Amino acid sequence: MTAMVNTLGLMGRNFLLMLQRLGDIATLSASSLRLLVASPWQGRHIVMQIYALGVGSLVIIAITGAFTGMVLSLQGYYTLAKFGSESLLGSAVALSIIRELGPVLGALMITGRAGSSITAEIGIMRVTEQVDALEMMAINPRARIIMPRIIATTLSVPLLIAIFDVIGIGAGYVVGVDLLGVNPGSFVAEMQAKVTTEDINTGWIKAVSFGFLIGVICTYIGYRATPTTEGVGKATTQAVVITSVGILMLDYILTSFFL
Amino acid sequence: MIRCESILMQYGETPALDHVEVDVRDRATTVILGGSGSGKTTLLRIMAGLVQPTDGRVWFEGEDLAHIPRKRLYELRQYMGMVFQYSALLNSLNVYDNVAFALHEHSKLDESIIHTIVTMKLEQVGLRGLEHLMPSQLSGGMAKRVALARAIAIDPKVVFFDEPTSGLDPISAAVIISLIRDMTNKMRMTSVVVTHDVEAGLSIADHVVLLWQGRVIAKGAPENIRNSTDERVCQFVEGRPDGPIPFSRSTTSYIDDLMHKPGTVRLET
Repeated sequence: MTAMVNTLGLMGRNFLLMLQRLGDIATLSASSLRLLVASPWQGRHIVMQIYALGVGSLVIIAITGAFTGMVLSLQGYYTLAKFGSESLLGSAVALSIIRELGPVLGALMITGRAGSSITAEIGIMRVTEQVDALEMMAINPRARIIMPRIIATTLSVPLLIAIFDVIGIGAGYVVGVDLLGVNPGSFVAEMQAKVTTEDINTGWIKAVSFGFLIGVICTYIGYRATPTTEGVGKATTQAVVITSVGILMLDYILTSFFL
Repeated sequence: MIRCESILMQYGETPALDHVEVDVRDRATTVILGGSGSGKTTLLRIMAGLVQPTDGRVWFEGEDLAHIPRKRLYELRQYMGMVFQYSALLNSLNVYDNVAFALHEHSKLDESIIHTIVTMKLEQVGLRGLEHLMPSQLSGGMAKRVALARAIAIDPKVVFFDEPTSGLDPISAAVIISLIRDMTNKMRMTSVVVTHDVEAGLSIADHVVLLWQGRVIAKGAPENIRNSTDERVCQFVEGRPDGPIPFSRSTTSYIDDLMHKPGTVRLET
């Protein structure tokens, strides 16, 4: 009986802690985003973050996109060939990448590459008292550190995912047409016929949502990291894990909403 | 200039600061001395408005820093500078941009004027000509001096120093101490220095506050601290390991811990 009460108590405490964290994330993000208009314009810092997070992730996005498209083409051909529908390969590859794999895999890769770097950078700024130094120079750290990064991920993730989609579909075309012998005309025609504006919009909405999620969670965890070297390491791991799980959960919610 | 009234800072059940009263005099150097964990850095951060005390008031130029809106606090911060224990230079900026940072952010001065100010401040700390270096290329002493140049770039009324000599070799430490003394005198500014370096602290102080376990155990002119008959003050100033300030912080019996710790070999007596 005591063990059950203890277990329930522990579950309750963890649930309350989770609610408290969610509230803290929402408060910190909202107060930081409000500074977009309420504080001096941080355009230069937003552009610098877009460069660091966006341009810096281009190579990993290109490689991931290429191999995703290539594997998808191979697997799709194998399955479609069983039904004699190899000509549908173009639409299968494009729809899978635009609606699902592009946003999800792209966002997961950006989380690993840019999200972890956001958390570690902010955490180290805390350890080395740079955040306090900004405060002492009358510069709001939320306006200078958090807001530009949230804006940067929200803007750059959709663009990176668009690049992922294009490279993925291109790589799928090369494997399908040049290696597996699918008719190039039917590959492109099927793709044009089956992919609608709604599919592309679904991908965009997912990409923007994932970009916002990456920015919010990774900046929050870095900003609230225990200011020790161990704390920053732990925060970086947490940021990647929580953001990745969050992306998969949000993906399910958005997919069920748009289907 | 700064007055701390009955400052209480509580982390969990133990107070880090227990109703501390401190007056920082205008255009003088106040040194807060104390051992590790005595609460001196917490007190400094409360004075600078970086931390809110659990209770009490911090008066700066007639305003209570603990109870003013952030906007007003930022306005008052333009009269404050701070040199952090680990310098806290912004890693992504070179020496010039670090020193010019607050000027770029808060003034509408022409870049040529900002350049002149930065050059003057770097000359004051003996680092003119190193504007292009990044923080990672500086030694600890140089980083502290850049942090000092950054702190005085806006000509503040008060500068807070958190352990300015910790981690520095004797020459670098002497340079920093000499700079603090010179700047306080020449620029007629107020300095608040937190340190556990007794000799350095007493050599620059006009007024000393000695903290122990979150409480003020002595305050006054450096001579008064040196000549104090309080055993705790004597032990700290002379750096004696034995005295009223205990070496061990254990509250339980050593023998009991050795005898009854679960999973260890029981000793027969």
